[in-house]
Amino acid sequence: MIQTDLTLKGHRPTRTGFGEGLRDIGSMDPRVVAIGADITNSVGMNFFRDAFPDRFFSFGIAEQNIMGVAAGLALGGKVPFMATYGVFSAMRTLDQIRVSVCYNNLNVKIGGAHAGISVGPDGATHQALEDIAVMRVLPNMTILSPCDAAQARNAVIAAVQQVNGPVYIRFGRESVPEFTTPDLEFKVGRAQLFRAGADVAIIATGHLVWEALEAAEILAEQGVQASVVNMHTIKPLDEQMIIEMAGYTGAIVTAEEHQIIGGLGGAVAECLVRNNPVPMAFIGMPDLFGESGQPDELMDKYKMKSRHIAGAAMEVIRRKKSI
Amino acid sequence: MVYKKITDTDLLSKMARDIRIRVVESLSAAGSGHLGGSLGLADIFAVLYFNEINHRPSEPEWPLRDRLILSIGHVAPVLYATLAKSGYFQEEELLTLRKLGSRLQGHPARDRGLPGIEVSSGSLGQGLSVSVGLALSAKIDGQSWKVYSIHGDGELQEGSIWEAAMSAAHHKLNNIRMIVDRNGLQIDGSTDRVMNLEPLRGKFESFGWQVVECDGNITEALLRAFREADRVAVTSPVVILAKTLMGKGIPEIEGNYKWHGAVPDAAQRDEFIRQLQGLS
Repeated sequence: MIQTDLTLKGHRPTRTGFGEGLRDIGSMDPRVVAIGADITNSVGMNFFRDAFPDRFFSFGIAEQNIMGVAAGLALGGKVPFMATYGVFSAMRTLDQIRVSVCYNNLNVKIGGAHAGISVGPDGATHQALEDIAVMRVLPNMTILSPCDAAQARNAVIAAVQQVNGPVYIRFGRESVPEFTTPDLEFKVGRAQLFRAGADVAIIATGHLVWEALEAAEILAEQGVQASVVNMHTIKPLDEQMIIEMAGYTGAIVTAEEHQIIGGLGGAVAECLVRNNPVPMAFIGMPDLFGESGQPDELMDKYKMKSRHIAGAAMEVIRRKKSI
Repeated sequence: MVYKKITDTDLLSKMARDIRIRVVESLSAAGSGHLGGSLGLADIFAVLYFNEINHRPSEPEWPLRDRLILSIGHVAPVLYATLAKSGYFQEEELLTLRKLGSRLQGHPARDRGLPGIEVSSGSLGQGLSVSVGLALSAKIDGQSWKVYSIHGDGELQEGSIWEAAMSAAHHKLNNIRMIVDRNGLQIDGSTDRVMNLEPLRGKFESFGWQVVECDGNITEALLRAFREADRVAVTSPVVILAKTLMGKGIPEIEGNYKWHGAVPDAAQRDEFIRQLQGLS
């Protein structure tokens, strides 16, 4: 288990962490350049643009072109970041990502903003709930899904310093609990065990890691000990952690603001089936589009809150006992 | 092989003829592929690799080389034949085209390590964006190398081409030489009938590009076009609309779109090579 301070420090959007990370890696690495897709402030790229105006290039609302341009910049030795809403950066541009970026294994960093149902009132068109699934099938792609703003910053820096190839970094719009510290090391592909408990393991990613920690508190009040894993890297998946958790607890719950099909839950299930099948429950979108509403209302309606995670944990523990 | 620029137009035409012969041989050996477009482009590739672009076949990663992006990856055979003729690799390797384990994939593949391949390509409409990114990186670094972006005319039906065209002019990328293989044919038939592209010159001009038109099967015309491109590329990207004949050099194939995706059998191959050898 990682020894680190996980107390609540405040609330900030993970997109702010993305923006700070991009600015900070920009000051460390002169190869880093950024491409704006008209929503520069909205995705947190304004920090970089203001710090390095000569390394920021506006390309307008033309995501397909931007992805190809990023590939060209990478061929020219740059480390380009493009970022827009995840629905566009992962899906509008999919063919460009597949052929120009991933097939060439180029050093392009893709920001997927406004991920998850918590985007809220904008509704289904702007809620990226399929991006992990779509990015996960691409060879050479790395997928990062940090749990809070502080970790989002570290994930951006790690994406440049630890990966020489395509990276998709997923982050959200809303202010969410910030509970990790800037000095918590981010190692791509190495999940973080935030809490250890032998009855059930909750493997969560993104905003739902905090909900998973709260779920573990709820479970503890009922005498159930839960492990909580922050799966901040979806690909390459930390299979060793998953296998260890299956052996230790015998019951797994996955939690993500994403479709259950093809997302973290699917990835964990694929790993467990090959290694150590144990009962599983899935928190995530059940093959539905989202809708308008306040973020909190939506998280509640689609059962992504801590009490839903705790309920899923109890259910999966019952199944474990009946085997 | 020592690399030296060729200025003699007859010699360039002979190079183009040799490239065509290699294209026929490699596609016949492969048993599948795109013959017509590769033949039509042979003169353009001969002029590019033996006169126009700065490159070092003995040093493929030379940092100051001009970059050639083949957006129309399906005409890879003409690129492969030209690279081999330039000395990037042995010409015998051309006969491995499209075979299991070959460095000569059906569409150019960077990960196979074939010298001279800048980028994997083959999904139409993406190459101009890649060229814009490369051209921009040259500008950022204050380098004078250029990007040659090779496109089909049917490919211009892809919307992403026009996103890229808009951005190249916006960022004043006068180091881009886009070459459009204007053969007027695509798989379903003539471009006019499948999806009309005209007025093509006006489209590019209205997007802020300089436009040069030439006959893409006459080496002298191509040399003039590239000089003209350098002259007009003051603050704008330049497109060369090169009118070509699909299948050029083999009468049976010339202008016949049915040869877009077809290859010759052994007897046809020998006959085609005889015809090409008779070409001046």
